[in-house]
Amino acid sequence: MSAADDIGRGRPASLLPRRDGRSVSLVFVVGVLSFLACLAALAALAGDRAASGWTAQLTGEATVTVRPAPGQTPSASAAAAAEALSGAPGVSEATALEPERARALLEPWFGRDNIGADWPIPQLVGVTLDPAAPATTRTLQQALDAAGVNATVDDHGRWRDDIRRAGLISRAAALIGCGLIAWAAGAVIAFATKSNLAARREIVEVLHLSGAHDGFVARLFQARFAALAGVAGLCGALGAGALAVAARAFGGAEGFTPVLPIAWIDLLILAPAPLVTALVAAWSARVTAMSILKAAP
Amino acid sequence: MSRKPETKPADGPVVRFQGAGLSYDGETEALSDLELTLERGSLHLLTGPSGSGKSSLLKLIYLAVAPTRGSFELFGRDMAREPRDALPLLRRRIGVVFQEFRLLDHLSAFDNAALPLRIAGRKPSEYRDDVVELLEWVGLGPRIDALPPALSGGEKQRLAIARAVVGRPDLILADEPTGNVDPSMSVRILRLLLELNRTGTTVVIATHDQALVERAQAPVLRLDGGRLAHEAPARIRRRP
Repeated sequence: MSAADDIGRGRPASLLPRRDGRSVSLVFVVGVLSFLACLAALAALAGDRAASGWTAQLTGEATVTVRPAPGQTPSASAAAAAEALSGAPGVSEATALEPERARALLEPWFGRDNIGADWPIPQLVGVTLDPAAPATTRTLQQALDAAGVNATVDDHGRWRDDIRRAGLISRAAALIGCGLIAWAAGAVIAFATKSNLAARREIVEVLHLSGAHDGFVARLFQARFAALAGVAGLCGALGAGALAVAARAFGGAEGFTPVLPIAWIDLLILAPAPLVTALVAAWSARVTAMSILKAAP
Repeated sequence: MSRKPETKPADGPVVRFQGAGLSYDGETEALSDLELTLERGSLHLLTGPSGSGKSSLLKLIYLAVAPTRGSFELFGRDMAREPRDALPLLRRRIGVVFQEFRLLDHLSAFDNAALPLRIAGRKPSEYRDDVVELLEWVGLGPRIDALPPALSGGEKQRLAIARAVVGRPDLILADEPTGNVDPSMSVRILRLLLELNRTGTTVVIATHDQALVERAQAPVLRLDGGRLAHEAPARIRRRP
């Protein structure tokens, strides 16, 4: 069998040279951008999970601040409030908190040594709501009023709203971040396409003179940069995944990531990164190449 | 060799210039007052001293540049009215042997020769045997997988010719096609071009090679200072 017997039987050779010193730099830059986008996506997921957890926790609880009735000790008033609330519909449990726990709640704001013994520490009742049919603030207040207890119900609604808003902001920030990073990657690819077209001007001219349409030529650059970006996207995703695995494995829920808990399933969000990066690159290369080719004489 | 493209030219000249001129800088004309009609199936030799405008005339015909004045019809179409998107299909009907070869250095001899067919959308399985046969015919059988930088000047020239004729174009423009080959290969190349011309292909050979001019016995277009001196504006008759 001669050499000619094998010629033309395999896949046709690429019409653009495969070797290009700038490819490594391009893969590195796009890989870093992909890495950052993946981190932003993971952070958004983790932030969302944290916000959901906190919101669920706050939704299932309420705190009642009891003002002692004249001639009654604070503890007795709290006990009366807890008893009134225990019987209310939608309440699983109501417990008068020990004064030490109420004092501990103030410590983050005032410091342990600054809270005097004579401070009017509010008497608190912790209420655990029935998850299936949680009592409303109104229901709780009515139960307290009916028992003649002077108290205020805090259903943590203000905190819930804040957390929900913070979650939304973090998701939006991550989304905007990913969008900006994708735009930056597209701009990098556009620049690379432009310089590659200039560097391969003679090849492009031969292709044109041999009857190639602009679209045919643009497709060559589109395929080249999509492939490079796909590799870069894979590298970025693997890097971000490795970082997330390390944070999860070595940190766990109580270690590095109590604020932004990462679950193993979150890693799935990294799977489309190579494809998305390749698509962004393909689109950018195509648009850039077509605009340059059409502007040529 | 491959089959001819499905779209055949209608009756009438393949190329017609009327009062055409070409200027690269907007002032000096590289070609002036061009009156030229090339009938289908004709063979022409284009001669003239260096800088006389031979390459510019070929560039006009293979649509690398457009005339800055006058009219130009190619395959019966007024090129001033043709949109840019129509040019690739017209270019596929023209085979060009560039003086500087313009081979793609990263492609094998086979892939270089097959380039026009690949661009035209043909599958490798359709053209493989034709391309191999053509390369063997021009003496490049043993060098079929060699890259152009590894080929000699003569081999590059033969490869450029193979690429120009592989698609059986309606018009072949050869710029100094025998400039880098030995006399025996020069004769073979001329025979190939004559053979293609006999099958109805219009052929224009730009050359300094006086031996080739005498051997071809074809009408001569002589360019001097950007003007067609001898044949223009006479119509070139089709070879018998």
